[in-house]
Amino acid sequence: MRTELVWKVGGQQGSGIEKPGSVFLDACSRLGYYTFGYRHFMSRIMGGHTNYQVRVSHRPVFAMGDCTDVLVIDREGAQEAIDMNLPEMAPDGVIVADAGMEAALPESSSIQLLKVPFHDIAAEIGGDLYWNMVAMGASCAVTGLDRQAFRDLVQATFGRKGEKVVQANYEAIDRGYRYVLDHFGTFSHLQIAPVREPKRRLTMEGDNAAAFGALAGGCRFLAAYPITPASMIMEWMAREVPKFGGVVVQAEDEISAILMAIGANYAGARGMTSTSGPGFSLMQEALGLSGLTETPVVIVNVQRGGPATGLPTKPEQGDINEMVYGSHGEIPRVVLAPGTYDECFYDTAAAFNLADTHQCPVIVAMDLTLGMGKGTVESLDWNRVRIDRGKLLDAQSLTQLGAPYQRFEETEDGISPRVLPGTPGGVHLNTADEHDFVGRITESQDTRRRIHDKRLRKVQQVDFPGVALRGDLPADLLLVGMGSVTGPMWEAADRLNTKGARVAVCQIRRVWPFPVEEFTAALAGAKVALVCEHNATGQLAHLIRAQCGGDLLPGLRKYDGDPFRPAEVVQRAEEVLADVRNARIA
Amino acid sequence: MSATLVSPKAFVSEYPTWCPGCGDFGVLNALRSAAARLGLQPHQIVVVSGIGCSGKINSYFNSYGLHTLHGRSLPVAQGVKLANPELTVIASGGDGDGYGIGAGHFMHAVRRNVDITYIVMDNQVYGLTKGQTSPTSPTGFVSPTTPQGSADGPVRPLRVALANECSWIAQGFSGNIRQLTELMVQAISHKGFSLLNVQSPCVTWRPTILENGEKVGVYEWFKKHLHNLEEDPDYDPTSKAAAYAKLLEHGDLVTGVLYRDERPSFREHLKGYTDRPMADLATKPDNEALEGLAAQFR
Repeated sequence: MRTELVWKVGGQQGSGIEKPGSVFLDACSRLGYYTFGYRHFMSRIMGGHTNYQVRVSHRPVFAMGDCTDVLVIDREGAQEAIDMNLPEMAPDGVIVADAGMEAALPESSSIQLLKVPFHDIAAEIGGDLYWNMVAMGASCAVTGLDRQAFRDLVQATFGRKGEKVVQANYEAIDRGYRYVLDHFGTFSHLQIAPVREPKRRLTMEGDNAAAFGALAGGCRFLAAYPITPASMIMEWMAREVPKFGGVVVQAEDEISAILMAIGANYAGARGMTSTSGPGFSLMQEALGLSGLTETPVVIVNVQRGGPATGLPTKPEQGDINEMVYGSHGEIPRVVLAPGTYDECFYDTAAAFNLADTHQCPVIVAMDLTLGMGKGTVESLDWNRVRIDRGKLLDAQSLTQLGAPYQRFEETEDGISPRVLPGTPGGVHLNTADEHDFVGRITESQDTRRRIHDKRLRKVQQVDFPGVALRGDLPADLLLVGMGSVTGPMWEAADRLNTKGARVAVCQIRRVWPFPVEEFTAALAGAKVALVCEHNATGQLAHLIRAQCGGDLLPGLRKYDGDPFRPAEVVQRAEEVLADVRNARIA
Repeated sequence: MSATLVSPKAFVSEYPTWCPGCGDFGVLNALRSAAARLGLQPHQIVVVSGIGCSGKINSYFNSYGLHTLHGRSLPVAQGVKLANPELTVIASGGDGDGYGIGAGHFMHAVRRNVDITYIVMDNQVYGLTKGQTSPTSPTGFVSPTTPQGSADGPVRPLRVALANECSWIAQGFSGNIRQLTELMVQAISHKGFSLLNVQSPCVTWRPTILENGEKVGVYEWFKKHLHNLEEDPDYDPTSKAAAYAKLLEHGDLVTGVLYRDERPSFREHLKGYTDRPMADLATKPDNEALEGLAAQFR
């Protein structure tokens, strides 16, 4: 029996395809499998093809499957669903389609097509919406997944709607299941082994994990503007944050969103904003406000395909330059890059400590695959979340200063104690004009030099890991990347190493300040490196060269709107390894 | 609150760098008097300002001050107030700042109705950048950026505020500090967003106004044309129709409270929202609460 399976549902956008996708993923998670889900969709409400791929495995998985074993398609948009997904189908795969569809497979195809009357059965049960569950039952028959997990999900989801709805859903599952068995028998090559003693792990989208991390890290204020693929952060926080005394404001635009977050931080809240590329571009001026006034702020940027409106529903890592260099003038900043769902949680929580202790903007660099993708999180350790508000003076400590309070006191580490408005004895001006150590506007050349240096040295020491290494050094090849590219790199390395190669992975965890020493040490342990990134111009590779020197490292750059798959990393890695071997022979 | 503890002098910091005769002196003095009359202490107030001559006001007013970006005082001020409802938050700026580059924020702050006061020093000209046309400059205004005279019609801030049902709207005049102080006291006391537009003349870049072919001094012109709504015993500032009629009748040249209503402010719509400083809430929820949140992902 198999230990891994890739299942997918596809159809016309607007017909609710994401629902069976997430139901399938959640049920498999309940059965104790590790899961990884990715939704392909278009920036429109109705029409066009959409699909949801779910990878199910006995071992942790961090990337999309290279090919699909079982594809479920709806009646509407069936031909497009077939045409779009056929190239991705495994040669011995199965398509389960509604019997009423008129589409067909090419004659030469080795794929088996099972026609199941999803909608007719649903109508008999009492409503077209039940087709989802008929399809779930049919999927169980094809793959051998235990129907009970789907029944449990139905109970959890529809229990409130009454026993009748629950029973109708049970019937839909059973009828779909029986139809496949009665008409097509079993598919032994597609059966996935059950997990013994299944563990109930967490299954999270990166956006939700980041939002949860923010709340856990003390954030009680979010101002944001809806934008794909970051809206889920706002929606989750709008639901949960008020339960903890906080507030979520839907701002009129992203300019206002970040400024409100800066205002909230200035007044002592832990506040943030969440956005994607177009919104992040609008925030550039305010990044400088945070930098110059030394006001903490956290920005979660879930990158999508750019430039301009670009590819709103597709992944890319095209904002690296903007996150590292953006805003006019020069400011201290920190850019973190989670690569897994649990890192989205921990990093966003940690971002607030870094913002408070360094009094500067902290950007959490995510991307669409990570933000909207969904997968297994083994567990979350609450003890890893701690709160550090940095240098903060209250009224009593102000009276003990022994000297007049200076908001921008010239200190060795550049960090000056903060006083929150409302504190007696700490009244001061803070201005986005260049200012002196007290806070008064100045154009003194000496003061300008000294206070600019003071600000910039605040991030010389940042307590956050720079890179995360996986695999053994020395190695022949070091795969380098960040964000959602991490998982595909890990899997590619595992596959190559199983075949006898020596490949390690260096995930960039802190993009800025760039971890020069840590990275250089890792690089020294490999014969060659390959920078895998989701953009055309090699922004990460160029950042590495600018910071660490040396030649531009070879790259695998993807910018076609599709997430990285492990197989394409393997392919490029093998080319690079062959080049190394050939060079040695030559 | 005691109204006798604090003197306006408590709110004096530096001497302004404004030109002698600038209308903004009147605004600054009225604000100091109003704060004293309300019994506020300097540490209880945050003045969030934009950029321009008007934006310098918090350099001269002794309280917590945050001097931000051009046009951006309102979002920052709303964030400050939402994070600490105990603070008295005043946003301030000029006509270019608030009705030009920041106009979008203005309209949305009006409808959001967060409990802050917005004081706009409206002089119909860009001062700090030396005399260019502003969003409230009249059509035909000749300046370095509009040498043939401005083709644009002016923004009418009082009408914009009224159209979006701003919960408190007034206009004052730097030449009448007594009325201006009273308006500031009311504006700050109002529970919701209050707009106080102040005709605050620029004696350097718009010292005179052309009337029937003759140059009239700017203060003199405003004194002559401003109509004080308080002198009209029948005027009902709770009527939107009456307010709009007055604006049409006097070409927006009115002073006093134009409109007010008691609709709920932003915070009154929210459930669960703290009435304490949010700094006190910046903590990790206990493990039970975190487990409860995690349950939705299992």
